[in-house]
Amino acid sequence: MATEREPPPLGDAEQTDFKELEDGEDLFISTASTLESSPTSPEPASHPAEDICANSNGPQPAEISLDDDLEDLFAEATEEVSLDSPEREPILSDEPSPAITPVTPTALVTPRVEPKTIFVPAMFERSKEELEEEANGDSFDMEIVVSDPEKVGDGMNAYMAYKVTTKTSLTIFNENEFSVKRRFSDFLGLHSKLATKYMHIGYIVPPAPEKSIVGMTKVKVGKEDSSSTEFVEKRRAALERYLERTVKHPTLLHDPDVMQFLESSELPRAVSTQALSGAGILRMVNKAAEAVNKMTIKMNESDAWFEEKQQQFENLDQQLRKLHTSVESLVCHRKELSVNTAAFAKSAAMLGNSEDHTALSRALSQLAEVEEKIDQLHQEQAYADFYLFAELLSDYVRLLTAVKGVFDQRMKTWQKWQDAQAMLQKKREAESKLQFANKPDKLQQAKDEIREWEGKVQQGERDFEQISKTIRKEVGRFEKERVRDFKAVIIKYLESLVQTQQQLIKYWEAFLPEAKAIA
Amino acid sequence: MASTPEENDRNSKLRSVSVDLNNDASLMIDIPDALCERDKVKFTVHTKTTLDAFQKPEFSVPRQHEDFIWLHDTLDETEEYAGLIIPPSPPKPDFESPREKMHKLGEGEATMTKEEYTKMKQELEAEYLAVFKKTVQVHEVFLQRLSSHPVLSKDRNFQIFLEYDQDLSVRRKNAKEMFGGFFKNMVKTADEVIISGIKEVDDFFDQEKTFLLDYYNKIRDATTKAEKMTRAHKNVADDYIHFSATLDSLSADESTALKMYLLKLAELFEKLRKVEGRVASDEDLKLTELLRYYMRDIQAAKDLLYRRARALADYESSNKALDKARLKSKEVQQAEEHQQLCCQKFEKLSESGKRELISFKGRRVVAFRKNLIEMAELEIKHAKSSVSLLQSCIDMLKTN
Repeated sequence: MATEREPPPLGDAEQTDFKELEDGEDLFISTASTLESSPTSPEPASHPAEDICANSNGPQPAEISLDDDLEDLFAEATEEVSLDSPEREPILSDEPSPAITPVTPTALVTPRVEPKTIFVPAMFERSKEELEEEANGDSFDMEIVVSDPEKVGDGMNAYMAYKVTTKTSLTIFNENEFSVKRRFSDFLGLHSKLATKYMHIGYIVPPAPEKSIVGMTKVKVGKEDSSSTEFVEKRRAALERYLERTVKHPTLLHDPDVMQFLESSELPRAVSTQALSGAGILRMVNKAAEAVNKMTIKMNESDAWFEEKQQQFENLDQQLRKLHTSVESLVCHRKELSVNTAAFAKSAAMLGNSEDHTALSRALSQLAEVEEKIDQLHQEQAYADFYLFAELLSDYVRLLTAVKGVFDQRMKTWQKWQDAQAMLQKKREAESKLQFANKPDKLQQAKDEIREWEGKVQQGERDFEQISKTIRKEVGRFEKERVRDFKAVIIKYLESLVQTQQQLIKYWEAFLPEAKAIA
Repeated sequence: MASTPEENDRNSKLRSVSVDLNNDASLMIDIPDALCERDKVKFTVHTKTTLDAFQKPEFSVPRQHEDFIWLHDTLDETEEYAGLIIPPSPPKPDFESPREKMHKLGEGEATMTKEEYTKMKQELEAEYLAVFKKTVQVHEVFLQRLSSHPVLSKDRNFQIFLEYDQDLSVRRKNAKEMFGGFFKNMVKTADEVIISGIKEVDDFFDQEKTFLLDYYNKIRDATTKAEKMTRAHKNVADDYIHFSATLDSLSADESTALKMYLLKLAELFEKLRKVEGRVASDEDLKLTELLRYYMRDIQAAKDLLYRRARALADYESSNKALDKARLKSKEVQQAEEHQQLCCQKFEKLSESGKRELISFKGRRVVAFRKNLIEMAELEIKHAKSSVSLLQSCIDMLKTN
């Protein structure tokens, strides 16, 4: 049963989800049924600590048959997808193509083979130009907007529904423009599915926005003040960025869960999302990874690149957090400045009223008006500080957690491979012992087991090489995106500052003649 | 140390709350030098004069803040000057804010890089210096108000203050006098109650009373709000320091094309924070200090009104006493003389008071005008330099 292999909440969620999905896409039927009916075979190589992580990435025992699948997968991959650009067409088009269909690596984790459905790794052996092209967004034509937050229901059961509008010319979708209504837990559900499917094979899955009990409760309770509007706006923007990042990833874009999320009008409710927060998933993934680290196994890092990159990302994480703190302080102080300026403006207006010298009185009133406009300026600038810079930084801090997670997955994969080798060794020793005992059935069994473990060792090595390759690519993509994101935000932010200053000039230049007019 | 031409220029820019007072060659006063010893500030008061009343044409004496208070209170208590607006005493030097910040900085030293710490320290030292300059200015202006007043400049105590080369503390309030001062404040509060109750005979003073009472409250409020505003502005400027420093460290570790972006951004914010800092301090000097000064000046004007109201009360009660005496035919001459005295006193107070209040209004309007113009001009100047810094950075980043 699924529950034996998965932590309760996740297990429940997946069970419910998959049950409901049975009426939906075909691809999921296999997943659902296989999850429920997979045999629980002994997995001697699994370590207790690993269970947490392994379970969140899919049923473990399934991997037994998975090995066979992957062999087939890779065989097909090399056969049927060439490295030339023309091959991209079939992947993106809707035409039924026997060997190549929209990918779902879900099949990678199920025991049942779906020969039609696996090409993720190979698909990315594209030419350098293509990769660059896509990175520049020339062939990536997709725009997602999250808008119109609407409160649905009342009291503590209320929730915010957001409209998700997609505009695209990509042919994998049925229409060019379509929108759906989604709630926050739907986003979390999407992320949890993607993380489950992709993180353990090395893909950097963008994390979903954070849950906020305080923020949401205020909204539910119906507090119509500026802080709850701000909260909703912050969340809306974060959800939009989350989707944008997700679809920018070539693999994730073609994932059926993603497409369903964007397209289908009814989405099965992701329940038990208490445990499914983006951070929660990452925490689970990382907890297992930490457990791996605690084991006194020194991975023989033959590839210095990985070590360097890990260190680099560690430093980057620290620096980004520090920068985020300083931006938060700036936002806070600017907001304070705005409030204080508004208070002064009122006070100056009162002073102007009280002043009995006519011209001075008028000038003071004008001063009050200028200061009032300026306080608005400060507030807008504080918003820019926040929405442009602070949110970018916090997004990247969370993204880096996902990156770290992926590196740790590689460690885990290596560990599995090593464990398989150790087990193989044991089996070989056992067999050689049995050679001299007169027990032909046991000997045969031992030989069978050796074969089995040889397969696992091979698979482990392949997995390890695959995840290493994937991570290299992912990191390359991540870095490119990071540079692009930051450059864009920096320019936008500076332009917002310029605008503020130019407005200030206008306001004070308008005031100056009033001051001079005091006679 | 004598001030350099640049310093003089800067000083005159600081000395903006009142129009230039030090232009009568017969008596020129300035504070060219001041020392900060722990909590006490020692001012060097320098006088240049052509008047015979003084022993030398040029001389300097060291004075403490308490000496200024003594001088003010002495003038305030002088019966003869009851009809004058006594220039408000300078506030006590207050280094609390920069000192507190310096303390916090010391505590947080471990969390920042060396460059960041140095910059913050420099910033705080500049703030400290600004407070210092402000207090020197405000003490100087006090003396210059006195020296440019036709009556007060001739005051004997004022001359002693300027000339007496020994420690003034012997002349300052002793315990008895301090108690008297406390009592005086109690009486003044009672006066305020009397003032609101008294029936004003003169339209001018009636209007002035209403105006000053209301205006005082408004300007006091405006001063507090302006102070909060300029302080918040300073905080934003300080945040730019941390921001710039962190961008710098980020850039150092960066190996991608972002390296240059981050470095340029760090440099930009280092320059911007200086501009923002200047905006905050200019607002402080031109606006907050202006409001603060005139708040105290209006209090001094109110004091004049109180004194006049007391004189009026005395006059009215002396009238009543005279009537009673006439009725009883007892000590009539005494009562008549007393009534005459009160009348004269009241009329003199009213006459000089009216003059003072009119010139006060003129002074106030001129000072506000000057400061508001200067503030607007400075705001424009700083905003323009910010724009140019920002725009050149944007252009540079876009072309790369």
